[in-house]
Amino acid sequence: MRSSGSPRTALRRRAERAGAALAALAAAAVLAGCASADPVKDTGAQPGHADFKPVAQKDGSPITVWADSTRLPSVQAYQKAHPDVKMKIVTYDGGADGSTYLQTKVQLFDRTGNGWPDVVFGTPTDVTWASAPTKPGAKPFAAPLDQKLVPQSTLDGFAKGSLTPCQFNGHTYCLRNDIAQVVLWYNKSLMDRWGYQVPTTWAQYEALGLKVAKEHPGYLVGSAGDTNSQESYLWSSQCPAFDLVKPDTLRVDLQDPKCTRMTTLLDKLISAKAVSTEGFFSQGFAKSSGSKVLMAYGPSWYGQYLFKTAFHTPAKQMAAAAPLTWPGETTASTGNVGGGVWMVSSHSANLKASAALATWLTTSNDNQAAAPTYPAYTPAATAWLANPANRDYFAADVSAPFQQAANSVWTGWSNTKFSDATAWSSVVLPALTDGKTLTATLPAWQKAISDEAKSNGYQVTNQ
Amino acid sequence: MTLATQRIAVPRRRAATPRRRAGGAAGYLFVAGYTVLLLAFGVFPTCYAFYLAYTNEAGSFTGLNQFTKVAADPRFGPAFSHVLLYLVLWLVALVVLTVLVAVVLRSRVRASVSALFRFLYYLPGALAGVASVLVWLFMLDPDVSPVSWLLKAMGLDTFAAVLAPGDLPVIFMLIAFWTGAGGWMVVMYGALNNIPDEVLEAARMDGAGPWRTAWHIQIPMIRQWIAYMTILAFAGGTQLFVEPQLLQTASLGRVSPAWSPNQLAYVYAFQQGDFNGAAAISVFLLALGLLCAGLLVWRSNMFTLDEK
Repeated sequence: MRSSGSPRTALRRRAERAGAALAALAAAAVLAGCASADPVKDTGAQPGHADFKPVAQKDGSPITVWADSTRLPSVQAYQKAHPDVKMKIVTYDGGADGSTYLQTKVQLFDRTGNGWPDVVFGTPTDVTWASAPTKPGAKPFAAPLDQKLVPQSTLDGFAKGSLTPCQFNGHTYCLRNDIAQVVLWYNKSLMDRWGYQVPTTWAQYEALGLKVAKEHPGYLVGSAGDTNSQESYLWSSQCPAFDLVKPDTLRVDLQDPKCTRMTTLLDKLISAKAVSTEGFFSQGFAKSSGSKVLMAYGPSWYGQYLFKTAFHTPAKQMAAAAPLTWPGETTASTGNVGGGVWMVSSHSANLKASAALATWLTTSNDNQAAAPTYPAYTPAATAWLANPANRDYFAADVSAPFQQAANSVWTGWSNTKFSDATAWSSVVLPALTDGKTLTATLPAWQKAISDEAKSNGYQVTNQ
Repeated sequence: MTLATQRIAVPRRRAATPRRRAGGAAGYLFVAGYTVLLLAFGVFPTCYAFYLAYTNEAGSFTGLNQFTKVAADPRFGPAFSHVLLYLVLWLVALVVLTVLVAVVLRSRVRASVSALFRFLYYLPGALAGVASVLVWLFMLDPDVSPVSWLLKAMGLDTFAAVLAPGDLPVIFMLIAFWTGAGGWMVVMYGALNNIPDEVLEAARMDGAGPWRTAWHIQIPMIRQWIAYMTILAFAGGTQLFVEPQLLQTASLGRVSPAWSPNQLAYVYAFQQGDFNGAAAISVFLLALGLLCAGLLVWRSNMFTLDEK
């Protein structure tokens, strides 16, 4: 061993060592005294609205309404019919996939303490954050409508399960405007001409897809390339991709046979070129392949928005069929692609007028019978189906498949604080374009969902 | 531009020297407006970001916890590596090509033609940032692109194929180069103009050709300017936000919303409602920018040369 050198060096060394120890102690003390980076998550507190206290109410005070451009005419119609209600209507991008405009704005209003709109149109994803405070001490944005704002009898009139995305901690925070229940769309003219049977099971769908690929190359039975294709296919397959087992625990198990049965099926159809990896809504699709869509497994609004508006498919060609079943199932489960909601702000100084507007928008036949999409409120849906404008375009009556699908939406695919479109679009779709199979991409998708869930404060299980 | 500023600057400096004290009030008045704005929108937000980065939502001191939290986010590493890769591509392309073009314009092209070229190069930079990205959205979509034949020849038949994750740094480099490099070519040209003719004349007398002159005389003499350009381009590059954000929207989500660190900070603040985490990411970016700028200043001897 080396000698410790001169006494002076030794002294200095000892001083240095003592200093270092002191510094380490101080650092440890500082760090130990430090609060955690996330106080809300640590206490596990999910302060809901059990004790909802409205702000001071001012009868007749003006209300601000935020609506997307599709819903704007409804709000304007209400204003016209109720000139006594003072309203300020703002159009905003409320329905777009993964749009976080409302969330962004509310975060800022919560910081500045004012500016909240009274009534807003949003997506079911919006309700997950709007029903909880954005920061400690803040009021959750959405008001619990079941607390003396909307009668229980009205809430009971919504289609089975359609208010599930609105419910948290036993309260209802939104009224569902429309359901985007997934059905099987098909071109009846082509099916008849080619002598094909409309499938009722997934096995038949697969067999027909492979047959179409051989007999009529270029024709498609679906697309897996849109931002919401996972909601049509994997949700319908009851794949536990977004399963909230507890309010703060998300189960993401993409190796479950209920996921792989669908990805295997789609992979076969993709490699046969019967299912496109280009999205129906991607640029150029309508022009290049819009007229070659024989079948599409997708939401009820595909009829008007995809086939009529985007693809310009002539009237009396398209028809809808009920959701498909898997072997061993007697009743089908189906997916859900969007479906807007109306929320009332807990900061509103005129809750009465706000709740009345939200109720009218979602339940009134005057509004919903002519609405662009299938209403969630059952009596309004009946009126909607009776409206010739909603049925004349189709080759057959869509009422039965729409009603059946509306009551078959699988409730195991939960709404989370983040959109289920982000990971699908940014991880799975580029891999598909790159020629990978869906099944091979499942681990990467599972990781992306799990990571996003964790950073949004969820605990994640992958079993 | 450079000549014009010199002409104005020189006489003013001479006139101001004898009565520096008297001119003080007006001088302070002139800088006051900018200083107030700088404090309000530059210094104060930076200090607030530091405050947020060291506290939590409840306002209690958290030490380094916010930093370790965001660094442990699985999106943190990829976001920074995306931007680093982009920066390497962009800075190399910027330095090599702007200097090359400036040297060629200065020595090999007639003055009138050179002026026209400089004007043309500057044009894309005059477009606002978002508009430039929109131009590129058209260029990169084979369905509408005027150069769709080129994209198709490269095997890129759809917009989705163009946006393959591995190609994104190159795409952002192209956009940044197209919008930013022209302006720097003009600046580099101005810097080359500052080299006295006698020096170049002497080089020519010694038998140096244009390329030797460029390599041994011109480029070393504008080294400071190159370092200055690199620092500014680096600082701008780490802030990459508009390009990936717009591409994310235009591609219906095919580009990750947390592709760059700035976007990740945006996601933290406005989607997760975590302003403290967002501030911690910004402080990371600031530290990275300062570190690299410091390194460049030190390695290029910028300030030493200034004192000469």
